[in-house]
Amino acid sequence: MSNTVTIDPVTRIEGHAKITLALDEAGKVDTARFSVTEFRGFEEFCKGRPVWEMPSLTARTCGICPVSHLLASAKAGDEVMGVRIPSTAVRLRRVVNLGQIIQSHALSFFHLSSPDLLLGWDADPAVRNVFGLMGAEPELARRGIRLRGFGQSVIEAIAGRKVHSPGIVPGGIAEPMTVETRDRMLAGLDEAQQTAEEALELFISMLDKFEREARAFGTFPSLHLGLANDAGTWENYDGHLRFVDAEGKVVADNVPAADYRKYIGEAPRHDSYLKSPYFKPLVEGKDDVFKGVYRVGPLARLNVCKTMGAPLADEALQAYRETVGGTANSSFFYHYARLIEILASTELMRSYLSDDSILDPMVRATAGINHRRAVGASEAPRGTLFHEYQVDASGLLEHVNMIIATGQNNLAMNETVLQIAREWVDGHKIPEPVLNRVEAGIRAFDPCLSCSTHAIGKMPLQVSLFDHEGTKVDEVRRG
Amino acid sequence: MRETRSAVHVSFDGVEYEGYAGESVLQCARRNGVTVPSLCFLEGLSVWGGCRICVVEIAEDHRLRPACATQIAADMEVKVETPRLRAYRKAILELLFAEGNHVCAVCVSNGKCELQDMAVLCGMDHVRYDYQSPLREIDASHPKYVFDPNRCILCTRCVRVCDEIEGAHVWDIGFRGEEAHLVTEMNKPWGESLSCTWCGKCVAVCPTGSLAYEGRAIGEMEHDPAMIQRLAVARNRGEWLYPGEEQ
Repeated sequence: MSNTVTIDPVTRIEGHAKITLALDEAGKVDTARFSVTEFRGFEEFCKGRPVWEMPSLTARTCGICPVSHLLASAKAGDEVMGVRIPSTAVRLRRVVNLGQIIQSHALSFFHLSSPDLLLGWDADPAVRNVFGLMGAEPELARRGIRLRGFGQSVIEAIAGRKVHSPGIVPGGIAEPMTVETRDRMLAGLDEAQQTAEEALELFISMLDKFEREARAFGTFPSLHLGLANDAGTWENYDGHLRFVDAEGKVVADNVPAADYRKYIGEAPRHDSYLKSPYFKPLVEGKDDVFKGVYRVGPLARLNVCKTMGAPLADEALQAYRETVGGTANSSFFYHYARLIEILASTELMRSYLSDDSILDPMVRATAGINHRRAVGASEAPRGTLFHEYQVDASGLLEHVNMIIATGQNNLAMNETVLQIAREWVDGHKIPEPVLNRVEAGIRAFDPCLSCSTHAIGKMPLQVSLFDHEGTKVDEVRRG
Repeated sequence: MRETRSAVHVSFDGVEYEGYAGESVLQCARRNGVTVPSLCFLEGLSVWGGCRICVVEIAEDHRLRPACATQIAADMEVKVETPRLRAYRKAILELLFAEGNHVCAVCVSNGKCELQDMAVLCGMDHVRYDYQSPLREIDASHPKYVFDPNRCILCTRCVRVCDEIEGAHVWDIGFRGEEAHLVTEMNKPWGESLSCTWCGKCVAVCPTGSLAYEGRAIGEMEHDPAMIQRLAVARNRGEWLYPGEEQ
């Protein structure tokens, strides 16, 4: 007899999803599906609204990474107006994105994933969470929470509010930065950087324990996409698109964000509101979209860049590449890459804030509607984010397309779930620690399903186990 | 030269004040520092009395009357804050919110909106009526301004200011009942209006984010209704006074 297991809802992720595992007659995992079960429809109800409203409207897609939507949307707005925004506005947007990367990555590592890493996969689920972490490692938990708070305070200082900030607008930034604000941010940077360094050290010290996870948590060849610049340094705000393969070889480069459709296709799925974007040039038909699987986010960004552009993070990057073997292809290393990005963010933020040009009051360009179609791209903490707008002559939206980082990782997340299930699931029942490993495979991507389906909700998860005849024989639900 | 006005005794919620014959209950209350909530009324424009937020109770017959359109009389006893009046004001505000599409979080006037302020002042913290969620298209055809009918409460300030101060009469209310909405000229797009002088007075007096400058992002639209009061005083008295200087 064979079975199907459903994990529904998946816990400690942002959004709502389920995992379905189908077992063959021998009780071995045959297939695995990761499905997102929410829908919101931003692309529809934004139609008819003015382009100047879009940053704030689309920021509501998410409460964790609204800054990413604000930036992608404001950049699309810049394009609609056809303006080159003031250089100080670019720097301020970069700093606010670094703040966003710090807070979101801190949330992913400290609040959501470190309970698995530090308390163990087999720990009691009742304590395997941030509160359990507070009990077992109070100082680490406190530092993690403060690090996230620092990132949030940077967003508030520049954009006016921690969540759904009004200050990132088409044409630049709404308000220039004051000396007091700058000094306050600089004062918080030392602790933030120290926390980032210590978390990185801690993770590296634990790597030996996770040899099996590194091998089986979504370790497979894929392409990697990220924004890239001519200097080859880690890019998170501007630049062009670059795809590299599993060996790090560039397969597409210097692609303007506006041309993303030439390279990225979107395949709908019958069992999920989350579409599956794929790399078009490698896919010939609807049935082989997996040939075009690519990953985005910290893992991909570190594969795409040559250096981090910050001394301590560059040292860390060198050690990382020695560990992962050059180009990282194990999704488990998302955690490692994420910590390096936090460190780089603190270093780069210091360099931007230490230059007095950040205080220049000229932070906004104004113009009317000069282009009908525009694409804004930026690197969200979870990966490359695209907002594509088509407007009428008055600047009212006629068409909206948003391609979200988590969506782009959809194929890779499915593969990761399958691999973990094959490695650990054996038989018709799923022991809780195994269930948790399956979820952790998803957590490594730090998915934001509210964003990816532009949908609402927290992210509980359900796993269902079906036999080869399609009969549900077990189901585990959490959240 | 200032007019000479005869004084009469009035009371607001039991406290005695001095009123002038010929002034409205709302004007008298404001001059004496008594708060009476209002929305459609704007000093310097004709009285319309349409929003009914400024309802007060007159002791002699307990009838509800709009403070903006009721003349002061000698020994008038006016009630402003009673449970009944508070309930009516709240209900009116709830109906306004339910009737349009007022999404403060993404509005150009968020934090600088008279409707929002009024909801706070009157303690309207939720809406008991079904949201109508009407489908209304934005008119962004004007090169300088944007009209978003989703945020319009039909206070007619723009209609009155355009007619009475600017003398252009671009705006009107067209259609009836729930179909009633602002129109420019004979229901043409604003940008095609031949009579609009681009003066921006309609935008200055709008109490919500319905009329705004083009290119304003969330919370960036600051209206200036006091400008009309200054213009009216300048026109009527030949004096140019700024806020705080009015006599």
